[in-house]
Amino acid sequence: MNLVGAINNALHIALDTDPTAILLGEDVGFGGVFRAAVDLQEKFGKSRVFNTPLCEQGIAGFAVGLASEGSTAIAEIQFADYIFPAFDQIVNEAAKYRFRSGGQFDCGKLTIRTPYGAVGHGGLYHSQSPEAYFTHTPGLRVIVPRSPYQAKGLLLSSIRCPDPVIFFEPKALYRASKELVPVSDYEISLFNADVVMEGSDITVIGYGAQLGVLEKACKKAREELNISTEIIDLRSLLPWDKETVCKSVMKTGRCVISHEAPLTSGFGAELAASIQKECFLSLEAPIERVCGYDTPFPLSHEKFYVPDYLKCFAAIRRCIQF
Amino acid sequence: MLANRGLASALKKNLVGSKNAISLQLARSMAVKVNGDKGQVEISPVQCYKTDGPSLWVDTTKEEAVQALRDITTMRRLEISADLMYKSQIIKGFCHLYDGQEAVALGMNLGSTKDDHIVTSYRDHCFQYIRGDSVKRILAELTGRSTGSTKGKGGSMHMYYPKNNFWGGNGIVGAQVPLGAGLALAAKYHANKGMARGEVSSKAVSFTLYGDGAANQGQVFEAMNMAYLWKLPCIFVIENNKYGMGTSTSKASSNEEFYRRYDPLPGIKVDGMDVFSVKQCCKFARDYCLSGKGPFVLEMNTYRYHGHSMSDPGLTYRSREEVSGIRKERDPIDRLKRIVTELGFMTDAEIKDLEKKVRAEVDEAVEFAKTSPEPELKELYTEVFAKEPLPYIRGTDGIYGHGVCEWARK
Ligand SMILES: Cc1ncc(C[n+]2csc(CCOP(=O)(O)OP(=O)(O)O)c2C)c(N)n1
Ligand SMILES: [Mg+2]
Repeated sequence: MNLVGAINNALHIALDTDPTAILLGEDVGFGGVFRAAVDLQEKFGKSRVFNTPLCEQGIAGFAVGLASEGSTAIAEIQFADYIFPAFDQIVNEAAKYRFRSGGQFDCGKLTIRTPYGAVGHGGLYHSQSPEAYFTHTPGLRVIVPRSPYQAKGLLLSSIRCPDPVIFFEPKALYRASKELVPVSDYEISLFNADVVMEGSDITVIGYGAQLGVLEKACKKAREELNISTEIIDLRSLLPWDKETVCKSVMKTGRCVISHEAPLTSGFGAELAASIQKECFLSLEAPIERVCGYDTPFPLSHEKFYVPDYLKCFAAIRRCIQF
Repeated sequence: MLANRGLASALKKNLVGSKNAISLQLARSMAVKVNGDKGQVEISPVQCYKTDGPSLWVDTTKEEAVQALRDITTMRRLEISADLMYKSQIIKGFCHLYDGQEAVALGMNLGSTKDDHIVTSYRDHCFQYIRGDSVKRILAELTGRSTGSTKGKGGSMHMYYPKNNFWGGNGIVGAQVPLGAGLALAAKYHANKGMARGEVSSKAVSFTLYGDGAANQGQVFEAMNMAYLWKLPCIFVIENNKYGMGTSTSKASSNEEFYRRYDPLPGIKVDGMDVFSVKQCCKFARDYCLSGKGPFVLEMNTYRYHGHSMSDPGLTYRSREEVSGIRKERDPIDRLKRIVTELGFMTDAEIKDLEKKVRAEVDEAVEFAKTSPEPELKELYTEVFAKEPLPYIRGTDGIYGHGVCEWARK
């Protein structure tokens, strides 16, 4: 199953197992632009799977309304780049409903799915990784899966989680990433980072599509420099699993963090700051961040902008040779 | 004149909610009057809201009409070439074509001056052309080359021609509408050397374009409210091509009569497949706005031939017959050709010749776009801020981009 198929499968199960579940968004009735919602309207009907007008602020607001009145609301924002018209509803409404009402009501049944990240030719507004804007918002959960298996389990957990979740789907992997995915219903904990590969020399941290890039960099480091890397997939960015991460860095003493979003105020900044506080005496080298540049997402120069495996490899080497 | 208005109102009944309405009026013979190199053309009937609308006869000249035909032929050829280049993967990424809708850009240009502002959505190639840029630079932008309109930095959706007040395309649906209202505010502000509220005239207007899908974005309504409150010279031009991606207007809009959707703004529904209708209505709306009465709405009844973007074949939500029917009966180029020949400004042979020339020109531009150099690497990190980058643009220093800054090493 590929990643978009896994998302589709998870949505089938979510709608099947929860009669209050609803899917809404631009063109989702037709299957959505990436086909993640394919066949859902046919199977569950127009009252549960429906198109909205082109209005992200409305989509978010309507979904908050539905979620606060007993529906499991799954909203699709067509591209993460289009989430900003909905930013206010997400940050000021969804995230604060429970807190500001003193727990009288909430919109925890809300999940917003949105595809993010570079695809090779997307240019300024079809490539961005806006996760850090949301990790700066207490009350939200932010989840990013790395593979089809992970995507299905994490999406089901997100939909069923009693907090509002922003679920970023790595669109570059929609069709490119394939693996065996059980057709049965399963969930993956939203609390634990995943140690994808154990190692002893250096901890390498990422999430989403960047995991594949990091695996490639680590392979090169293993083959060429004989370095044993421990790879961690964060999976949940807000809240994030400090324990797994810090235990690993205490063990290895070195750490490289990578994400596609720009360097400054990217999620890596939060990781680096927390790791240096917790693991100060274990660190053998400065923490390295390999990220997108502090520029708008470029059209022609995407290949230079993205933190590719060579840049990650170079950072691993610098960190080891420090 | 009165008789024509009568005809217009007789046809009005057919127009409302009827897909065949425009073809019905095309079926009758085109009404033109000619006097040497000057001519008059009768435009399609219009539907008006809170306005009497323009005269249905519009003046033209041989020079204007011939140039218009040349321009619209170039636009079509430009879009068809982009389609072919996309299919052979010379153009990548997101690309939205404008064929079918060319009369809107062309007529608007004829009905405005270069001091007027125009801002539109991602479907922007033809606006870039008609506001003065060359086909070469446009195609080179599509291929992401340094010789492109935006030096290869923007691509299909991001080309601009500020010299002639074209403020470009926009990748975010609806985002250009407040921007357009802002340009109208600027026009009024400058004409009055400061913030002038109420019915005060200005010297330029802002044509602010958006689609039937975009019409449902909240910021459109917000912009209109302020534009009316401050009586800004803003012409909101809704290009109703019947679909926003795969969603038809009836499924997305509670009121599909976009020209009368924004009480209290006056509006006209225009045949957006007729260059002269667009020209006349743009002129009319422009005069209204310049006089200081505030914003105006023009709904362009138009149609896109291609799918939404290159990844949409465009036939899952509409039938092949619908597309070919409109091509056959309402094509803006066919219509303009008929007008030009009926006015006696060009013969069929001359038109053929013009088409050949345009084709050769565009073919040359295609070669240019294919062979131009890629943008320099520095384009990645220049123009983020006003000053030269280092050390402000983090990440771009050092060969792998993530070394320690030189100044920190010392
Ligand atoms: C904020 C935002 N939401 C969604 C999109 C995706 N999108 C691009 S164009 C489009 C349809 C717009 O339709 P319409 O306004 O009718 O313009 P047309 O394409 O017909 O010219 C959609 C949904 C986007 N680019 N930006
Ligand atoms: Mg449209």
